[in-house]
Amino acid sequence: MIEEQILKSEEKAVFALRSLYKKYGYLPYKMSKFEEYELYIRNKDFLVSDRIITFNDTNGKLMALKPDVTLSIIKNSEDKKGEKQKVFYNENVYRVSKSTKNYKEIMQAGLECIGDIDLYDIFEAVKLAVNSLSLISDEFVLEISHLGILSAVLDDVCKDKLFQSQAIEFISQKNTHDLARLCENFEISTQKTDKLISFISTYGEREEVLKKLNCLCKSESIKELETLSAMLSKCEFSDKIIFDFSVVNDMSYYNGFVFKGFLSGICEGVLSGGQYDNLMQKMDRKSGAVGFALYLDLLEQLSKPKKDYDVDVLLIYKDSDDKQKLAQKVNELINQGLSVSAQKSVPEKLRYKQKVEL
Amino acid sequence: MLNVALPKGRLGEKVYAMFEAAGYPCPSIKENTRKLIFENEEKQVRYFWVKPSDVSIYVERGAADIGVAGKDILLEYEPDVYELLDLDLGKCRMAVAGPKNFYDDGEKTLKVATKFTNIAANYYNSIGRDIDIIKLNGSIEIAPILGLSDVIVDIVETGTTLKENDLEVKTDILPISARLIANKSSFKFKGEIIECVLKSIEEQVKKDD
Repeated sequence: MIEEQILKSEEKAVFALRSLYKKYGYLPYKMSKFEEYELYIRNKDFLVSDRIITFNDTNGKLMALKPDVTLSIIKNSEDKKGEKQKVFYNENVYRVSKSTKNYKEIMQAGLECIGDIDLYDIFEAVKLAVNSLSLISDEFVLEISHLGILSAVLDDVCKDKLFQSQAIEFISQKNTHDLARLCENFEISTQKTDKLISFISTYGEREEVLKKLNCLCKSESIKELETLSAMLSKCEFSDKIIFDFSVVNDMSYYNGFVFKGFLSGICEGVLSGGQYDNLMQKMDRKSGAVGFALYLDLLEQLSKPKKDYDVDVLLIYKDSDDKQKLAQKVNELINQGLSVSAQKSVPEKLRYKQKVEL
Repeated sequence: MLNVALPKGRLGEKVYAMFEAAGYPCPSIKENTRKLIFENEEKQVRYFWVKPSDVSIYVERGAADIGVAGKDILLEYEPDVYELLDLDLGKCRMAVAGPKNFYDDGEKTLKVATKFTNIAANYYNSIGRDIDIIKLNGSIEIAPILGLSDVIVDIVETGTTLKENDLEVKTDILPISARLIANKSSFKFKGEIIECVLKSIEEQVKKDD
Protein backbone atom coordinates (compact mmCIF):
# COMPACT_ATOMS: atom_id res chain seq x y z
CA MET A 1 0.00 0.00 0.00
CA ILE A 2 1.40 3.39 -0.96
CA GLU A 3 1.34 6.09 1.69
CA GLU A 4 -0.49 9.10 0.30
CA GLN A 5 1.88 11.67 1.76
CA ILE A 6 4.81 10.29 -0.19
CA LEU A 7 3.14 10.93 -3.55
CA LYS A 8 3.80 14.13 -5.48
CA SER A 9 0.78 16.21 -6.53
CA GLU A 10 1.00 14.98 -10.13
CA GLU A 11 1.31 11.32 -9.11
CA LYS A 12 -1.68 11.60 -6.80
CA ALA A 13 -3.63 13.25 -9.61
CA VAL A 14 -2.90 10.42 -12.03
CA PHE A 15 -4.43 7.83 -9.69
CA ALA A 16 -7.44 9.93 -8.77
CA LEU A 17 -8.19 10.91 -12.38
CA ARG A 18 -7.97 7.35 -13.64
CA SER A 19 -10.56 6.22 -11.13
CA LEU A 20 -12.81 9.21 -11.96
CA TYR A 21 -12.78 8.67 -15.74
CA LYS A 22 -13.40 4.94 -15.39
CA LYS A 23 -16.57 5.65 -13.42
CA TYR A 24 -18.03 7.41 -16.45
CA GLY A 25 -17.17 4.59 -18.82
CA TYR A 26 -14.04 6.09 -20.32
CA LEU A 27 -11.59 3.38 -21.27
CA PRO A 28 -7.84 3.63 -20.84
CA TYR A 29 -5.99 4.38 -24.06
CA LYS A 30 -2.36 3.36 -24.13
CA MET A 31 -0.36 4.40 -27.10
CA SER A 32 3.12 4.17 -28.46
CA LYS A 33 5.48 7.07 -27.90
CA PHE A 34 6.05 7.33 -31.65
CA GLU A 35 3.83 8.31 -34.53
CA GLU A 36 4.46 8.79 -38.23
CA TYR A 37 5.73 12.31 -38.83
CA GLU A 38 3.30 12.82 -41.70
CA LEU A 39 0.31 13.01 -39.33
CA TYR A 40 1.71 16.14 -37.73
CA ILE A 41 2.79 17.84 -40.92
CA ARG A 42 -0.76 17.61 -42.25
CA ASN A 43 -2.15 19.18 -39.08
CA LYS A 44 0.71 21.29 -37.88
CA ASP A 45 -1.44 24.33 -37.08
CA PHE A 46 -3.22 22.26 -34.46
CA LEU A 47 0.03 21.76 -32.56
CA VAL A 48 1.33 24.23 -30.02
CA SER A 49 4.69 24.29 -31.82
CA ASP A 50 5.67 22.88 -35.21
CA ARG A 51 9.04 21.76 -33.92
CA ILE A 52 8.97 18.02 -33.43
CA ILE A 53 11.63 15.46 -32.52
CA THR A 54 11.98 13.14 -35.52
CA PHE A 55 14.01 10.05 -36.30
CA ASN A 56 14.14 7.32 -38.93
CA ASP A 57 12.58 4.02 -37.97
CA THR A 58 14.41 0.79 -38.83
CA ASN A 59 12.42 0.56 -42.08
CA GLY A 60 13.41 4.10 -43.06
CA LYS A 61 10.07 5.71 -42.21
CA LEU A 62 10.26 9.18 -40.71
CA MET A 63 8.82 9.00 -37.21
CA ALA A 64 8.16 11.55 -34.50
CA LEU A 65 8.15 11.52 -30.72
CA LYS A 66 4.56 12.48 -29.94
CA PRO A 67 4.02 16.22 -29.50
CA ASP A 68 0.29 15.63 -29.07
CA VAL A 69 -2.11 12.85 -28.11
CA THR A 70 -5.43 13.98 -29.62
CA LEU A 71 -4.38 13.55 -33.27
CA SER A 72 -3.35 9.92 -32.66
CA ILE A 73 -6.62 9.11 -30.91
CA ILE A 74 -8.63 10.61 -33.76
CA LYS A 75 -6.57 8.69 -36.30
CA ASN A 76 -7.32 5.40 -34.57
CA SER A 77 -11.04 6.00 -34.05
CA GLU A 78 -13.94 5.13 -36.35
CA ASP A 79 -17.06 6.94 -37.54
CA LYS A 80 -20.11 4.87 -36.62
CA LYS A 81 -23.55 6.36 -36.52
CA GLY A 82 -24.98 6.54 -33.01
CA GLU A 83 -21.78 5.33 -31.44
CA LYS A 84 -19.23 7.13 -29.33
CA GLN A 85 -15.75 6.18 -28.36
CA LYS A 86 -14.80 7.40 -24.90
CA VAL A 87 -11.17 7.15 -23.90
CA PHE A 88 -8.79 8.63 -21.35
CA TYR A 89 -5.03 8.76 -21.38
CA ASN A 90 -2.03 9.63 -19.33
CA GLU A 91 0.96 10.16 -21.58
CA ASN A 92 4.15 12.12 -21.98
CA VAL A 93 4.38 14.45 -24.97
CA TYR A 94 7.45 16.24 -26.30
CA ARG A 95 7.24 19.93 -27.09
CA VAL A 96 9.48 22.96 -27.27
CA SER A 97 9.34 24.91 -24.03
CA LYS A 98 8.36 28.54 -24.52
CA SER A 99 10.91 29.74 -21.99
CA THR A 100 14.00 27.64 -22.67
CA LYS A 101 13.33 26.99 -26.39
CA ASN A 102 14.49 23.43 -25.79
CA TYR A 103 12.47 20.23 -26.00
CA LYS A 104 10.62 19.32 -22.87
CA GLU A 105 8.80 16.22 -21.70
CA ILE A 106 5.31 17.16 -20.57
CA MET A 107 3.03 14.86 -18.62
CA GLN A 108 -0.54 15.07 -19.85
CA ALA A 109 -3.73 13.41 -18.74
CA GLY A 110 -7.03 13.86 -20.46
CA LEU A 111 -9.97 12.37 -22.22
CA GLU A 112 -11.61 12.39 -25.61
CA CYS A 113 -15.14 11.52 -26.65
CA ILE A 114 -15.34 10.92 -30.40
CA GLY A 115 -18.36 9.94 -32.46
CA ASP A 116 -22.01 10.90 -32.63
CA ILE A 117 -21.74 13.41 -29.79
CA ASP A 118 -24.45 15.68 -28.44
CA LEU A 119 -24.92 18.23 -25.66
CA TYR A 120 -24.91 15.48 -23.05
CA ASP A 121 -21.35 14.47 -24.02
CA ILE A 122 -20.23 18.07 -23.80
CA PHE A 123 -21.85 18.40 -20.39
CA GLU A 124 -20.12 15.20 -19.30
CA ALA A 125 -16.72 16.45 -20.52
CA VAL A 126 -17.19 19.77 -18.71
CA LYS A 127 -18.34 18.01 -15.55
CA LEU A 128 -15.34 15.68 -15.66
CA ALA A 129 -13.05 18.66 -16.25
CA VAL A 130 -14.46 20.31 -13.12
CA ASN A 131 -14.21 17.11 -11.12
CA SER A 132 -10.63 16.64 -12.32
CA LEU A 133 -9.67 20.08 -11.03
CA SER A 134 -11.48 19.49 -7.74
CA LEU A 135 -9.41 16.35 -7.17
CA ILE A 136 -6.23 18.41 -7.29
CA SER A 137 -7.15 21.53 -5.34
CA ASP A 138 -10.07 23.20 -3.58
CA GLU A 139 -9.39 26.53 -5.22
CA PHE A 140 -10.10 26.29 -8.92
CA VAL A 141 -12.09 27.91 -11.70
CA LEU A 142 -13.31 26.51 -15.00
CA GLU A 143 -14.19 29.09 -17.61
CA ILE A 144 -16.35 28.24 -20.58
CA SER A 145 -16.89 30.03 -23.86
CA HIS A 146 -18.85 29.22 -27.00
CA LEU A 147 -17.08 29.98 -30.25
CA GLY A 148 -20.41 29.93 -32.10
CA ILE A 149 -21.47 32.99 -30.12
CA LEU A 150 -18.13 34.70 -30.68
CA SER A 151 -18.42 34.09 -34.45
CA ALA A 152 -21.97 35.42 -34.52
CA VAL A 153 -20.95 38.58 -32.66
CA LEU A 154 -17.92 39.16 -34.90
CA ASP A 155 -19.84 38.47 -38.13
CA ASP A 156 -22.38 41.03 -37.06
CA VAL A 157 -19.63 43.65 -36.59
CA CYS A 158 -17.44 43.03 -39.64
CA LYS A 159 -16.81 39.99 -41.84
CA ASP A 160 -13.30 41.03 -42.89
CA LYS A 161 -10.84 38.21 -42.06
CA LEU A 162 -8.02 40.53 -41.01
CA PHE A 163 -10.37 42.40 -38.70
CA GLN A 164 -11.64 39.19 -37.15
CA SER A 165 -8.20 37.69 -36.55
CA GLN A 166 -6.95 40.86 -34.85
CA ALA A 167 -10.19 41.26 -32.90
CA ILE A 168 -9.92 37.69 -31.60
CA GLU A 169 -6.41 38.39 -30.34
CA PHE A 170 -7.60 41.47 -28.44
CA ILE A 171 -10.59 39.57 -27.09
CA SER A 172 -8.28 36.89 -25.69
CA GLN A 173 -6.34 39.67 -23.90
CA LYS A 174 -9.51 41.40 -22.60
CA ASN A 175 -8.00 44.39 -24.37
CA THR A 176 -10.91 46.77 -24.96
CA HIS A 177 -8.78 49.84 -25.77
CA ASP A 178 -6.96 48.33 -28.75
CA LEU A 179 -10.18 46.65 -29.89
CA ALA A 180 -11.89 50.05 -29.95
CA ARG A 181 -8.98 51.44 -32.02
CA LEU A 182 -9.23 48.51 -34.42
CA CYS A 183 -12.95 49.20 -34.91
CA GLU A 184 -12.11 52.83 -35.58
CA ASN A 185 -9.57 51.82 -38.24
CA PHE A 186 -12.17 49.62 -39.93
CA GLU A 187 -14.75 52.43 -39.75
CA ILE A 188 -17.18 50.42 -37.67
CA SER A 189 -20.13 52.30 -36.22
CA THR A 190 -19.98 53.40 -32.57
CA GLN A 191 -23.06 51.34 -31.82
CA LYS A 192 -21.45 48.13 -33.10
CA THR A 193 -18.14 48.94 -31.41
CA ASP A 194 -19.92 49.45 -28.08
CA LYS A 195 -21.73 46.15 -28.51
CA LEU A 196 -18.48 44.33 -29.15
CA ILE A 197 -16.82 45.97 -26.13
CA SER A 198 -19.81 45.05 -23.94
CA PHE A 199 -19.54 41.50 -25.21
CA ILE A 200 -15.94 41.05 -24.08
CA SER A 201 -16.63 42.83 -20.82
CA THR A 202 -19.31 40.23 -20.11
CA TYR A 203 -17.83 37.45 -18.00
CA GLY A 204 -18.22 35.81 -14.63
CA GLU A 205 -21.25 34.33 -12.93
CA ARG A 206 -23.21 32.32 -15.51
CA GLU A 207 -26.75 33.61 -14.90
CA GLU A 208 -25.56 37.23 -15.06
CA VAL A 209 -23.68 36.61 -18.29
CA LEU A 210 -26.68 34.89 -19.91
CA LYS A 211 -28.93 37.81 -19.00
CA LYS A 212 -26.58 40.35 -20.59
CA LEU A 213 -25.84 38.11 -23.55
CA ASN A 214 -29.45 37.95 -24.65
CA CYS A 215 -29.45 41.72 -25.08
CA LEU A 216 -26.20 41.67 -27.05
CA CYS A 217 -26.71 39.11 -29.77
CA LYS A 218 -29.02 36.57 -31.29
CA SER A 219 -27.56 33.16 -31.88
CA GLU A 220 -28.71 29.56 -31.70
CA SER A 221 -25.60 28.89 -29.65
CA ILE A 222 -26.94 30.95 -26.72
CA LYS A 223 -29.63 28.31 -26.23
CA GLU A 224 -26.95 25.63 -26.02
CA LEU A 225 -25.08 27.72 -23.47
CA GLU A 226 -28.27 28.14 -21.43
CA THR A 227 -29.04 24.44 -21.47
CA LEU A 228 -25.49 23.55 -20.47
CA SER A 229 -25.57 26.10 -17.66
CA ALA A 230 -28.86 24.70 -16.35
CA MET A 231 -27.42 21.16 -16.40
CA LEU A 232 -24.27 22.32 -14.61
CA SER A 233 -26.20 24.18 -11.94
CA LYS A 234 -27.36 20.83 -10.56
CA CYS A 235 -23.77 19.60 -10.21
CA GLU A 236 -21.24 19.89 -7.44
CA PHE A 237 -18.87 22.89 -7.74
CA SER A 238 -21.34 24.66 -10.01
CA ASP A 239 -20.29 28.01 -8.49
CA LYS A 240 -16.75 27.49 -9.76
CA ILE A 241 -17.82 27.33 -13.40
CA ILE A 242 -17.97 30.72 -15.08
CA PHE A 243 -18.54 32.03 -18.59
CA ASP A 244 -15.74 34.03 -20.17
CA PHE A 245 -15.57 34.73 -23.90
CA SER A 246 -11.87 35.53 -23.77
CA VAL A 247 -11.19 31.79 -23.92
CA VAL A 248 -10.31 31.57 -27.58
CA ASN A 249 -8.80 28.36 -28.81
CA ASP A 250 -7.80 28.13 -32.47
CA MET A 251 -11.07 28.56 -34.33
CA SER A 252 -9.96 26.62 -37.38
CA TYR A 253 -9.90 23.50 -35.21
CA TYR A 254 -12.27 24.20 -32.37
CA ASN A 255 -15.93 25.12 -32.70
CA GLY A 256 -18.74 25.35 -30.21
CA PHE A 257 -17.81 25.00 -26.56
CA VAL A 258 -14.25 25.62 -25.39
CA PHE A 259 -13.03 25.70 -21.81
CA LYS A 260 -10.00 26.37 -19.67
CA GLY A 261 -9.23 25.48 -16.06
CA PHE A 262 -7.12 27.35 -13.52
CA LEU A 263 -5.84 26.36 -10.09
CA SER A 264 -4.94 28.95 -7.50
CA GLY A 265 -1.16 29.13 -7.17
CA ILE A 266 -0.42 28.05 -10.74
CA CYS A 267 0.32 30.98 -13.03
CA GLU A 268 -1.23 29.56 -16.19
CA GLY A 269 -4.17 27.41 -17.24
CA VAL A 270 -3.73 23.74 -16.25
CA LEU A 271 -6.64 22.37 -18.24
CA SER A 272 -7.66 23.14 -21.78
CA GLY A 273 -10.27 21.62 -24.01
CA GLY A 274 -13.40 21.89 -26.06
CA GLN A 275 -15.34 20.68 -29.04
CA TYR A 276 -13.19 20.05 -32.11
CA ASP A 277 -15.52 19.06 -34.92
CA ASN A 278 -13.54 21.32 -37.28
CA LEU A 279 -10.38 19.33 -36.69
CA MET A 280 -12.32 16.13 -37.37
CA GLN A 281 -13.56 17.57 -40.66
CA LYS A 282 -10.04 18.58 -41.63
CA MET A 283 -9.02 14.98 -41.10
CA ASP A 284 -11.89 13.91 -43.43
CA ARG A 285 -14.01 12.58 -40.62
CA LYS A 286 -17.75 12.81 -40.17
CA SER A 287 -17.94 12.47 -36.39
CA GLY A 288 -17.88 15.18 -33.80
CA ALA A 289 -15.55 15.26 -30.83
CA VAL A 290 -14.98 16.83 -27.43
CA GLY A 291 -12.09 16.43 -25.02
CA PHE A 292 -9.60 18.06 -22.73
CA ALA A 293 -6.07 17.75 -21.48
CA LEU A 294 -4.60 18.46 -18.07
CA TYR A 295 -0.98 19.57 -17.92
CA LEU A 296 0.22 17.60 -14.95
CA ASP A 297 3.78 18.92 -15.00
CA LEU A 298 2.42 22.31 -13.92
CA LEU A 299 1.21 20.81 -10.65
CA GLU A 300 4.81 21.04 -9.42
CA GLN A 301 4.07 24.72 -8.83
CA LEU A 302 1.52 23.90 -6.11
CA SER A 303 3.24 24.75 -2.87
CA LYS A 304 3.84 21.98 -0.43
CA PRO A 305 4.94 22.41 3.16
CA LYS A 306 8.74 22.67 3.15
CA LYS A 307 10.64 19.90 4.86
CA ASP A 308 13.50 20.86 7.15
CA TYR A 309 15.32 17.56 6.73
CA ASP A 310 15.60 14.67 4.24
CA VAL A 311 15.59 11.78 6.73
CA ASP A 312 14.55 11.32 10.33
CA VAL A 313 17.57 9.30 11.38
CA LEU A 314 21.12 9.23 10.12
CA LEU A 315 22.46 5.90 11.31
CA ILE A 316 26.27 5.85 11.42
CA TYR A 317 28.08 2.51 11.48
CA LYS A 318 31.66 1.39 11.14
CA ASP A 319 33.16 -1.07 8.64
CA SER A 320 33.86 -3.43 11.51
CA ASP A 321 30.22 -3.45 12.71
CA ASP A 322 28.14 -6.58 12.37
CA LYS A 323 25.92 -6.10 9.28
CA GLN A 324 23.17 -8.30 10.68
CA LYS A 325 23.02 -6.03 13.69
CA LEU A 326 22.90 -3.03 11.37
CA ALA A 327 20.01 -4.48 9.34
CA GLN A 328 18.16 -5.20 12.56
CA LYS A 329 18.64 -1.62 13.80
CA VAL A 330 17.44 -0.14 10.48
CA ASN A 331 14.38 -2.35 10.62
CA GLU A 332 13.69 -1.34 14.18
CA LEU A 333 13.77 2.36 13.33
CA ILE A 334 11.59 1.95 10.24
CA ASN A 335 9.06 0.02 12.28
CA GLN A 336 8.86 3.05 14.56
CA GLY A 337 7.71 5.01 11.53
CA LEU A 338 11.02 6.79 10.96
CA SER A 339 13.01 7.15 7.74
CA VAL A 340 16.61 6.02 8.00
CA SER A 341 19.78 6.52 6.01
CA ALA A 342 22.55 4.09 6.99
CA GLN A 343 25.95 5.67 6.29
CA LYS A 344 29.57 5.21 7.27
CA SER A 345 30.18 8.94 7.58
CA VAL A 346 28.00 12.03 7.60
CA PRO A 347 27.15 12.88 3.95
CA GLU A 348 27.76 16.51 3.06
CA LYS A 349 24.36 17.20 1.56
CA LEU A 350 22.05 15.09 3.68
CA ARG A 351 19.81 16.92 6.15
CA TYR A 352 18.82 14.76 9.13
CA LYS A 353 16.80 15.24 12.26
CA GLN A 354 18.78 12.98 14.51
CA LYS A 355 22.16 11.24 14.33
CA VAL A 356 22.43 7.78 15.87
CA GLU A 357 25.56 5.66 16.11
CA LEU A 358 25.23 1.95 15.96
CA MET B 1 -2.27 40.05 -0.99
CA LEU B 2 -2.16 41.82 -4.34
CA ASN B 3 1.32 41.85 -5.87
CA VAL B 4 2.02 44.79 -8.17
CA ALA B 5 5.11 45.04 -10.41
CA LEU B 6 5.99 48.65 -11.16
CA PRO B 7 8.54 49.77 -13.74
CA LYS B 8 11.50 51.54 -12.13
CA GLY B 9 11.71 55.20 -13.05
CA ARG B 10 9.49 58.20 -13.67
CA LEU B 11 6.69 56.23 -15.29
CA GLY B 12 6.55 53.84 -12.32
CA GLU B 13 6.30 56.75 -9.89
CA LYS B 14 3.36 58.21 -11.82
CA VAL B 15 1.68 54.82 -11.88
CA TYR B 16 2.22 54.37 -8.13
CA ALA B 17 0.48 57.73 -7.57
CA MET B 18 -2.53 56.34 -9.45
CA PHE B 19 -2.60 53.23 -7.25
CA GLU B 20 -2.33 55.46 -4.20
CA ALA B 21 -5.25 57.57 -5.38
CA ALA B 22 -7.17 54.36 -6.01
CA GLY B 23 -6.98 53.64 -2.27
CA TYR B 24 -3.93 51.37 -2.17
CA PRO B 25 -1.19 53.50 -0.61
CA CYS B 26 2.10 52.21 0.74
CA PRO B 27 3.83 55.21 2.33
CA SER B 28 7.16 53.45 2.86
CA ILE B 29 7.69 53.43 -0.92
CA LYS B 30 8.41 57.14 -0.83
CA GLU B 31 11.27 56.80 1.65
CA ASN B 32 14.58 57.15 -0.08
CA THR B 33 15.93 53.64 0.39
CA ARG B 34 17.49 50.97 -1.77
CA LYS B 35 14.69 48.59 -0.94
CA LEU B 36 12.76 47.16 -3.87
CA ILE B 37 9.75 45.58 -2.15
CA PHE B 38 7.16 47.55 -0.16
CA GLU B 39 4.15 46.14 1.61
CA ASN B 40 0.99 47.55 3.14
CA GLU B 41 -0.32 44.78 5.33
CA GLU B 42 -3.57 46.58 6.11
CA LYS B 43 -4.50 47.21 2.47
CA GLN B 44 -3.20 43.78 1.47
CA VAL B 45 -1.00 45.15 -1.29
CA ARG B 46 2.69 44.70 -2.11
CA TYR B 47 4.59 46.80 -4.65
CA PHE B 48 7.96 46.05 -6.17
CA TRP B 49 10.21 47.92 -8.53
CA VAL B 50 11.55 45.96 -11.46
CA LYS B 51 13.31 46.78 -14.72
CA PRO B 52 10.60 48.05 -17.11
CA SER B 53 11.30 45.35 -19.69
CA ASP B 54 10.92 42.65 -16.99
CA VAL B 55 7.44 43.62 -15.76
CA SER B 56 5.66 41.39 -18.26
CA ILE B 57 7.79 38.40 -17.18
CA TYR B 58 6.87 38.89 -13.50
CA VAL B 59 3.20 39.11 -14.43
CA GLU B 60 3.14 36.23 -16.93
CA ARG B 61 4.84 33.93 -14.41
CA GLY B 62 2.53 34.98 -11.61
CA ALA B 63 5.18 36.55 -9.31
CA ALA B 64 3.13 39.72 -9.77
CA ASP B 65 -0.65 39.65 -10.14
CA ILE B 66 -0.73 42.91 -12.05
CA GLY B 67 1.83 45.32 -13.43
CA VAL B 68 2.47 48.15 -15.81
CA ALA B 69 4.38 47.60 -19.04
CA GLY B 70 4.91 49.53 -22.25
CA LYS B 71 3.06 48.35 -25.35
CA ASP B 72 6.50 47.97 -26.99
CA ILE B 73 7.47 45.30 -24.44
CA LEU B 74 4.13 43.52 -24.83
CA LEU B 75 4.47 43.39 -28.61
CA GLU B 76 8.10 42.32 -28.44
CA TYR B 77 7.71 39.45 -25.94
CA GLU B 78 4.03 38.59 -26.54
CA PRO B 79 3.41 37.43 -22.96
CA ASP B 80 0.22 35.44 -22.29
CA VAL B 81 -1.47 38.05 -20.05
CA TYR B 82 -4.62 40.16 -19.96
CA GLU B 83 -4.11 43.72 -21.12
CA LEU B 84 -6.75 45.53 -19.11
CA LEU B 85 -6.19 49.23 -19.61
CA ASP B 86 -4.34 51.82 -21.65
CA LEU B 87 -2.94 54.19 -19.01
CA ASP B 88 -2.27 56.90 -21.56
CA LEU B 89 1.13 57.47 -19.91
CA GLY B 90 4.65 57.22 -21.33
CA LYS B 91 3.33 57.95 -24.78
CA CYS B 92 5.72 57.59 -27.70
CA ARG B 93 5.84 55.69 -30.98
CA MET B 94 7.69 52.81 -32.58
CA ALA B 95 9.20 54.03 -35.83
CA VAL B 96 11.63 53.30 -38.63
CA ALA B 97 14.35 55.95 -38.73
CA GLY B 98 17.32 56.47 -41.02
CA PRO B 99 19.79 59.03 -42.32
CA LYS B 100 18.13 62.00 -44.00
CA ASN B 101 19.65 61.12 -47.37
CA PHE B 102 18.68 57.43 -47.21
CA TYR B 103 15.99 56.16 -49.54
CA ASP B 104 14.92 52.50 -49.55
CA ASP B 105 14.68 51.63 -53.24
CA GLY B 106 14.01 47.97 -52.42
CA GLU B 107 16.94 46.74 -54.53
CA LYS B 108 18.76 44.87 -51.81
CA THR B 109 18.11 43.33 -48.41
CA LEU B 110 17.43 46.09 -45.92
CA LYS B 111 19.72 46.06 -42.89
CA VAL B 112 17.73 46.95 -39.77
CA ALA B 113 19.31 47.56 -36.37
CA THR B 114 16.98 47.31 -33.38
CA LYS B 115 16.40 46.27 -29.81
CA PHE B 116 12.91 45.11 -30.86
CA THR B 117 13.62 42.24 -33.23
CA ASN B 118 10.14 40.72 -33.03
CA ILE B 119 8.35 44.00 -33.72
CA ALA B 120 10.73 44.82 -36.60
CA ALA B 121 10.39 41.34 -38.12
CA ASN B 122 6.57 41.44 -37.87
CA TYR B 123 6.40 44.91 -39.41
CA TYR B 124 8.61 44.12 -42.41
CA ASN B 125 6.90 40.76 -42.83
CA SER B 126 3.55 42.56 -43.05
CA ILE B 127 4.82 44.70 -45.94
CA GLY B 128 6.75 41.83 -47.54
CA ARG B 129 10.19 43.46 -47.35
CA ASP B 130 13.27 41.25 -47.08
CA ILE B 131 15.43 42.36 -44.16
CA ASP B 132 18.53 41.48 -42.20
CA ILE B 133 17.97 42.11 -38.49
CA ILE B 134 20.85 43.28 -36.35
CA LYS B 135 20.02 42.97 -32.66
CA LEU B 136 21.58 45.73 -30.56
CA ASN B 137 21.09 46.51 -26.89
CA GLY B 138 21.66 50.27 -26.86
CA SER B 139 22.95 53.33 -28.76
CA ILE B 140 20.92 52.14 -31.74
CA GLU B 141 21.17 55.57 -33.39
CA ILE B 142 24.82 55.18 -34.31
CA ALA B 143 24.25 51.98 -36.33
CA PRO B 144 23.26 53.75 -39.61
CA ILE B 145 25.96 56.41 -39.14
CA LEU B 146 28.68 53.78 -38.95
CA GLY B 147 27.19 51.80 -41.81
CA LEU B 148 26.24 48.87 -39.57
CA SER B 149 22.66 49.15 -40.78
CA ASP B 150 20.55 51.09 -43.30
CA VAL B 151 17.81 52.00 -40.85
CA ILE B 152 16.82 51.47 -37.23
CA VAL B 153 13.53 50.46 -35.61
CA ASP B 154 13.25 52.16 -32.25
CA ILE B 155 11.10 54.13 -29.85
CA VAL B 156 10.81 57.82 -30.70
CA GLU B 157 9.64 60.21 -28.00
CA THR B 158 10.49 63.75 -29.03
CA GLY B 159 12.85 62.99 -31.90
CA THR B 160 15.70 65.03 -30.34
CA THR B 161 18.13 62.09 -30.19
CA LEU B 162 17.41 61.32 -33.83
CA LYS B 163 17.94 64.92 -34.88
CA GLU B 164 21.23 65.18 -32.98
CA ASN B 165 22.46 62.14 -34.88
CA ASP B 166 21.28 63.40 -38.27
CA LEU B 167 18.49 60.85 -38.49
CA GLU B 168 14.81 61.28 -39.24
CA VAL B 169 11.66 59.22 -38.90
CA LYS B 170 10.92 57.40 -42.15
CA THR B 171 7.75 55.54 -41.14
CA ASP B 172 5.69 55.31 -37.98
CA ILE B 173 4.95 51.69 -37.10
CA LEU B 174 2.63 52.12 -34.13
CA PRO B 175 1.85 54.30 -31.13
CA ILE B 176 3.13 53.15 -27.74
CA SER B 177 1.84 53.81 -24.23
CA ALA B 178 1.86 52.14 -20.82
CA ARG B 179 -0.66 49.35 -20.24
CA LEU B 180 -2.03 47.74 -17.09
CA ILE B 181 -1.59 44.00 -17.41
CA ALA B 182 -2.77 41.09 -15.28
CA ASN B 183 -1.82 37.46 -14.86
CA LYS B 184 -4.61 35.29 -16.28
CA SER B 185 -4.74 32.92 -13.33
CA SER B 186 -4.56 35.71 -10.71
CA PHE B 187 -7.46 37.42 -12.46
CA LYS B 188 -9.60 34.36 -11.67
CA PHE B 189 -8.73 34.23 -7.99
CA LYS B 190 -8.11 37.89 -7.12
CA GLY B 191 -10.56 39.28 -9.65
CA GLU B 192 -12.49 41.37 -7.17
CA ILE B 193 -9.54 43.44 -5.96
CA ILE B 194 -8.04 43.69 -9.48
CA GLU B 195 -11.33 44.99 -10.89
CA CYS B 196 -11.61 47.44 -8.03
CA VAL B 197 -8.12 48.86 -8.75
CA LEU B 198 -8.85 48.82 -12.47
CA LYS B 199 -12.06 50.78 -12.12
CA SER B 200 -10.51 53.51 -10.04
CA ILE B 201 -7.49 53.88 -12.32
CA GLU B 202 -9.76 53.89 -15.37
CA GLU B 203 -11.66 56.84 -13.87
CA GLN B 204 -8.39 58.67 -13.21
CA VAL B 205 -7.25 58.13 -16.81
CA LYS B 206 -10.58 59.43 -18.12
CA LYS B 207 -10.37 62.49 -15.82
CA ASP B 208 -6.89 63.33 -17.13
CA ASP B 209 -8.24 63.23 -20.68
